[in-house]
Order: sequence, then structure tokens, then C-alpha cells
Amino acid sequence: MPHIDLPPHVPGIRSLAVYRPETGQYLYELVQILLRGESPLSAAERELIASYVSYRNNCQFCYQSHAAAARCLYGDDAAIVDELLAGKMDHLSEKMKALLQIAGKVQILGKEVQPEDIDAARKAGAGDRDIHDTVLIAATFSLFNRYVDGLATLTPTNLDDYKAMGERMSTIGYVLPKQPA
Amino acid sequence: MPYIDLQNELPGIRGLMAYSPATAKPLNELAEILLRNDENSLSRGERELIATYVSYKNDCFFCQNVHGALAGYYLRLGIAEIDAIKAGERRQLSRKMQALLQIAAAVQQGGKSVTPSNIEAARKAGASDREIHDTVLIAAAFCMYNRYVDGLATWAPQDRQFYVERAPQRAAEGYINTPLK
Repeated sequence: MPHIDLPPHVPGIRSLAVYRPETGQYLYELVQILLRGESPLSAAERELIASYVSYRNNCQFCYQSHAAAARCLYGDDAAIVDELLAGKMDHLSEKMKALLQIAGKVQILGKEVQPEDIDAARKAGAGDRDIHDTVLIAATFSLFNRYVDGLATLTPTNLDDYKAMGERMSTIGYVLPKQPA
Repeated sequence: MPYIDLQNELPGIRGLMAYSPATAKPLNELAEILLRNDENSLSRGERELIATYVSYKNDCFFCQNVHGALAGYYLRLGIAEIDAIKAGERRQLSRKMQALLQIAAAVQQGGKSVTPSNIEAARKAGASDREIHDTVLIAAAFCMYNRYVDGLATWAPQDRQFYVERAPQRAAEGYINTPLK
């Protein structure tokens, strides 16, 4: 049960955005720009980073929903998502492996990122913008995961619910939810 | 030296915001509504104190000094008094603020670290749902800002008095439309 009186039957971040749209609008705007706006990283790659950080933070709502979105966006390569969450990176590019290494460091703490992590990403072909976007996505999910779990929001346990979320996220993106009728 | 070429000399998050204005917009708007908007039963000083405490826990020099100076400005406390609160001195704070800082500390550790007894203690000390919500979101947001600032190794002025001197102007200008200088 959520720690505060949130709208019933609305899961995760959506319940928080309905509860407090004044802050929700900027959170949705941020995530839409970060995961769908201009970037050298594909939307699938960015969803993968979001899911990876959320998995490491043990936030089931966030990692399941972003994994579902990443599967939709990767299409025929959807297995990449489940491999990563099982600890395997065999089918990822060297660049993505290095960026996920940086994201994992950011998940622990900003200062964990070392010059060697950045060098490794550059050697694998990452540019400034790839590195910037990776750090900010990982930092942003350090927010979302804490917000969603810190208030004990409703977390669906049925994987089909996440599949539907992933389809919505991969097609219409991130739009502030309306107050339920 | 920052890990990426920010193409400017601005310190901390300001350099990142000038580099990436599209993401800067919602990041600034979120800070404004969470920390400075006056439609809130927590004072600006109380909210800046939560931001300061989380930034201290995350060992982010830039953020804890910017927000510590603002908290000091609003609450009429000096650097030494703010430092004492960060280190655990709570006698001068209300019971409600003591309980909210406990929640913020739990959020900094991870969303799932917030326990029902943390929430109950805050309620008994008079905290409302909205105050608990905003405390969790401020703490979560600083887990993002701190990681963004340190994860890209931005530079920060080392003279702590610099932040104190700038606080009145920052308080007057707010987080939106702050001239990047």
C-alpha cells in the first residue's frame, strides 16, 4: 500500500503524476526529451540504459516497464534486453557495453565514474553527447526509482500489464496522465 | 576538468545546463516548483535544507554548498550551523523537520529503504501527505542532480564563502531564467 493517499488502481510514476501534476509535468517533459528527443543514441539504447539502472536499483515498476519499451523498440533484437538483465552483454556493441559501465557507476554515485570509464567509452566510439546523455539518463532514473519506491506506489505483478505499458511508451512516448474519471 | 567539452567555463550544473539547454529547461522548472514555489507548507528554507542534506550524503560539493548557502540565507543560519545540521545536530529543528530529514536520508539510500515507521513518525510530528511527498521527491531529485554534476566531473569553486555571497541574489532570481554567468 502506498505511503500516502494516491489515486487508487494507478501504478507507479503515473499515480504520482496524477497526485501532483505540478511536478509531474516537468518529470514527464524531462523523460520525453531524454529518451525520445535528439540524441546520438537510439530510443532503444536509451530505454535499455533506463531499464538497466532501474534493475540495479531494484525498482520493479521502472525496470519492467522500460524493459518492455526497449523490447518493442529493439524489435527482432529484443533478446538483447533479457540478456542484459540476466547479466550478459554478448550481443551489445562495444560502445553500449562501455556506456552501460558508466551508467552502472552513476547508479552507485556520481563520483564513482572514473577517467578510465570515460576513456573506454571514447575508444569504443562514444562522443561527448553519448556520454552526457548516458550520465543524465542514469541520474534521472536514480530519481524515478527512489520516487516510485520511496512512496511505495502500486507495482503490478502481471507481466502482461508491462507489455501494454511498453507498447504505449514505444509508440506515444511520455505524456502526462490525466486525472482518472 | 569535466569529462566532456562543455564549451563553457560555468561551474557545476550551470555548465551542464548551458551545454544541454533542452534538458536544462525541465530540470530548472522542477527545482523551482520543488524548492522555491510558495504554494507549499514547507518553507523555502526547509526545502533547501532537505536538498542540502541529501547532497551532503551524496558527497556532492557543488550542490551542498549552493543549497546550503540558500538554506542558511532563508533560515538565517551560518555555514557552521548548516554543517552541524548536515552532521546530525537536530535540536534546533522542529520535530516534523527531524522526521522529514530521516525520510530524506532513507530515500538517499534507496527508495525501498523508506519504512512505514519512517512515515508514521513524520505523521505523528504533524507532516501531511503533501509534505511527505515533496520530501521524497526533493531527496530523489537531488540523487539525480548530484549524480549529473559529479558523474561528469564538473568543476566547483572551492571557496565556500563564494556560495554564501551569491545566495541572496540566487534566492531573488530563482531557478528559471537565471542568467548563465
